[in-house]
Amino acid sequence: MTLGAWLHLIRPGDVLVALAGLGVCVQAVLLLWQGGAPDGVVVRAGGKVFAELDLSRRRIVEVPGPLGLTRIEIEPGRARVAADPGPRQYCVRQGWLSRAGAVAICAPNQVSLTLTGRGADYDALNY
Amino acid sequence: MTRSTIELVPTAEDHRIARHAAAAIVLTVAEAAIPLPLPGVKPGLANIVTLIVLARWGWREAVWVALLRVFAGSLLLGQFLAPGFFLSLSGAIASLVVLGLAVHLPRRWFGPVSHSILAAFAHIGAQLVVARLWLVPHDGVFYLTPVFSAAAVVFGLVNGLVAARLLAELRTATAGGAHGA
Repeated sequence: MTLGAWLHLIRPGDVLVALAGLGVCVQAVLLLWQGGAPDGVVVRAGGKVFAELDLSRRRIVEVPGPLGLTRIEIEPGRARVAADPGPRQYCVRQGWLSRAGAVAICAPNQVSLTLTGRGADYDALNY
Repeated sequence: MTRSTIELVPTAEDHRIARHAAAAIVLTVAEAAIPLPLPGVKPGLANIVTLIVLARWGWREAVWVALLRVFAGSLLLGQFLAPGFFLSLSGAIASLVVLGLAVHLPRRWFGPVSHSILAAFAHIGAQLVVARLWLVPHDGVFYLTPVFSAAAVVFGLVNGLVAARLLAELRTATAGGAHGA
C-alpha cells in the first residue's frame, strides 16, 4: 500500500483532531516542563541580601566574606559559584545551578547563591 | 453424565463478540511482550479491534469487546486486580465513553483516525486521574503528561489508520459477512 493510499484514509476532521492533540502536547510541555526555569538569582552574605540579579546576561559578582572573596558567575539561565576560599569547596563543586529553588551554600565564607523563579517546585534544592 | 437443565444458546452477536474479543486479547498478550521504555506508554493495538467493532457493529458491541479484553487479558497476564488492571479498566471505560460520543460526529469528516486519537486521550486522561488519586497521590504524576499525550497522538494515529485500512478492506471483501478483524 502506497503512502497516498494511507493518506486517503484520513478525513479532514481527522487532521483537525490530530492537530488539536499536538496542541495539547505543546501546551502540556509549556505548562509542566517550564516550571523549573529560574528567572533571577539572590546572593546572600552574612545572612543579608548582597545582590538580587536577573539571569539575562553574563556577569561575575565578587562577594566579600570572613575568609575572603567568593566569586559567583552568572550566565543566561544559570549561575554557579566559580571560586570560594572555603576549605571543602562544596558550593563550587555543585557546578552550574539551573533550576528555580536551587541553592549553593558556601558556609565557611557565609555566602549563598539561590535561583528564584515563579514556577519553583521547591523552596530550596541542594545536592 | 446428566444433561444440563439450563441451555445457553449463543446468538450470532455473541459469537461475533467472542471472536472479536479473542482477537483483541491476542493483541494485548502479544503487546505485553514488547519492551517499552516507560510504564504506561503502550501502542494499545487491541484498540484497533475496538475501533473496527465500533464502526461495523456499533457501540454496544465495542463495549463488550473492550471490557472482555481488559478482564481476560489481565487474567492471562497475571495482572487481574493488580494496579495495572485498574489503570487499563479506567482507561478502557473512559475511552468507551468518549467513543460513544465520537461516533455521533459527522462521518464524512471524522473517521476511525479521529475516534482513535480521541479515545487515546480519554485513555491516558483517566489513567492519570486514577494514578493521581490512588497510586501516586502527588502531582508529580502529571510531569509525564507531555510524553503520554505525544504517545496518544502517535499511537492513536497509527491505530486509527490501521483500523481505517482494515475497515476499507472489509468493505471491499464484505462477502465474508461477519468474519471481521
